[in-house]
Amino acid sequence: METEKKEYTLTIYTENHVGLINKIAIMFSRRKISLESFNTSPSEVPNIYRFTIVVIEAASVVKNLVKQIEKIIDVFKVYCNTNDEIVWQQMALYKVPTKIIMQEVRVERLLREFGANTVVIREDYIIFEVTGQREEINSFLVELEKYGLIEFVRSSRIAIINKSEGIHNSILEMEKLNPALKEINNEFLDKKDQVFQM
Amino acid sequence: MNSKNNNMNTLTINKETATVTEKLVSGSFTVIDALLKENVSTIFGYPGGAIMPIYDALYDFRKELNHILVRHEQGAIHAAQGYSRVSGKTGVVFATSGPGATNLVTGLADAMIDSTPLVCITGQVFAHLLGTDAFQETDIINITTPVTKWNYQVTDATEISTVLAKAFFIAKTGRPGPVLIDITKNAQLQMLNYQEYQQCNFIRSYRPTPEIRIEYVAQAAKAINEAKKPFIVYGQGVILGNAEKEFLHFMEKSGIPTAWTIMGMSAIPTNHPLAVGMLGMHGNYGPNLYTNECDVLIAIGMRFDDRVTGRLDKYARQAKIIHLDIDPAEIDKNVLADIPVWGDCKDTLPMLTELIDQKTHQDWFQKFREAKAIEVERLIQPELFPTEGEITMGEVIQILNELTNGEAVIVTDVGQHQMIACRYAEQTQTRSNITSGGLGTMGFALPAGIGAKYGAPERTVVAIMGDGGAQMNIQELGTIMQFQPNVKILILNNNFLGMVRQWQELFHEKRYSFTDIQSPDFVQVAKAYGIKGNKVKLREDLKLALVEMLEHPKSYLLEVAVRMEDNVFPMVPQGKGVSEIVLRKEDI
Repeated sequence: METEKKEYTLTIYTENHVGLINKIAIMFSRRKISLESFNTSPSEVPNIYRFTIVVIEAASVVKNLVKQIEKIIDVFKVYCNTNDEIVWQQMALYKVPTKIIMQEVRVERLLREFGANTVVIREDYIIFEVTGQREEINSFLVELEKYGLIEFVRSSRIAIINKSEGIHNSILEMEKLNPALKEINNEFLDKKDQVFQM
Repeated sequence: MNSKNNNMNTLTINKETATVTEKLVSGSFTVIDALLKENVSTIFGYPGGAIMPIYDALYDFRKELNHILVRHEQGAIHAAQGYSRVSGKTGVVFATSGPGATNLVTGLADAMIDSTPLVCITGQVFAHLLGTDAFQETDIINITTPVTKWNYQVTDATEISTVLAKAFFIAKTGRPGPVLIDITKNAQLQMLNYQEYQQCNFIRSYRPTPEIRIEYVAQAAKAINEAKKPFIVYGQGVILGNAEKEFLHFMEKSGIPTAWTIMGMSAIPTNHPLAVGMLGMHGNYGPNLYTNECDVLIAIGMRFDDRVTGRLDKYARQAKIIHLDIDPAEIDKNVLADIPVWGDCKDTLPMLTELIDQKTHQDWFQKFREAKAIEVERLIQPELFPTEGEITMGEVIQILNELTNGEAVIVTDVGQHQMIACRYAEQTQTRSNITSGGLGTMGFALPAGIGAKYGAPERTVVAIMGDGGAQMNIQELGTIMQFQPNVKILILNNNFLGMVRQWQELFHEKRYSFTDIQSPDFVQVAKAYGIKGNKVKLREDLKLALVEMLEHPKSYLLEVAVRMEDNVFPMVPQGKGVSEIVLRKEDI
């Protein structure tokens, strides 16, 4: 059994149900596995959600984990990939004081060197953006720390699997044959005063 | 209040354009209607504020739905487990919000780990109060997520029908498990136009049984046919899949020695000529020893629990492992399978039987017989037929076997008495061994025994417990008092929390840290509940006392004073491999 720990990216397709994030998250917390990255968003198919989760674990552990996650009633499919099997990106935003950066750096060279874009320019600060992998985002971060970085934020990973054709077509087909049942959300939370209570 | 049919009267709308008749009913009525349509006949529950509308709807159907009012919600869910385990039906539980719901958690965890199909319906505060720390509000969905196969909160009555249909489908299909449906009070009260209840038989994101791979069935058959020393180990999957007959055919054609896990016990008669006994920490000597000598290990509907395998790196390393299971996540979870046979064993076993050769394995079998002879001589004989000293747990079970011909349902709690009962009880029919296997829940036996009686009214039900477990759900004597299920309660009292004491003796230098438990006079307690009882201390009184217990027309409590410091052997000490099983404490 392989025991060396590696980075794995899990791609999970699910129904759009309240509470599903928790049902998936506790699969990891139960085993005391910390998440490197956790992203969830609607997929390209209506009513189907896509999770992208990154963990560093041994192959045997991840293999069992994948099967347990697939057992969750509202989960369709789980893919598990190593970094060489996917294309992945993260995005980061950096806020720096305009005065310092204008005085001390040739901004256009900086942008070219790190593949960064400018999102906002104001008198008091500038916001740069980098989309890339961890090293690219980090090296720009290190660079900007020199110039009085005010704020930094990084998104979770999103990934596309190289090999598979995805399940785009099969979920489209499924949605056509067995459309999702609409879940009714709580309509009453903001109507406290109007509801009979006891 | 108005008429009797408060929940379903009002009007029957005949819309001129509509082809189906819709009725204006309450959400609560749709709950009751779902239960009726799912052929539920028995509910175990306890009312409270947030589930009152459902209880109100139940009032009109109290003849159709036999509701057993327990004394604690934990009692309700264990009773539903006992009911389900003997009958094969889905157990149904009602509880209110907050403490009512949290009291179900132990039972849910127990049912989850032992794969028992349950549908638990809890009341919840009004939807507009969710998240406000309202009276008796608790986030039961998030609390129970890890211990349910599925759970769901309903805040709108129009969802009740479809959600309950899903609940019953999920609980019972595939690898069964408990489902919890939380219904807010407003949804229970809400009036809605109701059509007919429709059972669910498909959920698009849920595949109950995996696809059977023919090539693995063929590989498994080949391995079995070539094996010199094959060994079958099976678990509850055979019972849950109603595959006892299919299993028997497979086993008898293959002629392979067969052992069971504690959860699989009773799927085949315990005295079957091919049966070699129970696996596990306190299982039989031969099955543990020869797990590490067989060349092909055929695991059927079992999950290689650590109490069965002992140290994994010393478990059947020499053997080719064939693993049949309905749950793909069980394959390779603990023991790597050489040949995984996914599927319901009711389907895969006949395919396998078809392909295997009719055989006997006399020489190999002889080894099990020899191991058994050693175990009988050193352990079983002195334990079952002692001639002096105080009564042993084993001899109580032995006499019980004689008196019931192995036809009783044996419900056990957790600890020494459980191991002894499962080692020595003779069982002739399936679904006879009801115990808390995976979770090891003390206090399981009494309520599970009550439920078992409702699940199999025609059978004798004996709930066996120790003096510790007896007090953990003792309030359920009140349920027996009120509803009179005929449950025989057998307390084996050694004045200790025996299994923990045994470990303290063996591994903690006899430092008996808080295992000397004092008990009330159980016979007097029973008497207070109107239940007849007796206590025996002397060997010569034991048999008659058991006869009286069994022949009494109602429930009966018998307390037997047994040896205080007896240990359960054989034993696979923790951290040791199965073949390092020992017969006496000197060998540890």
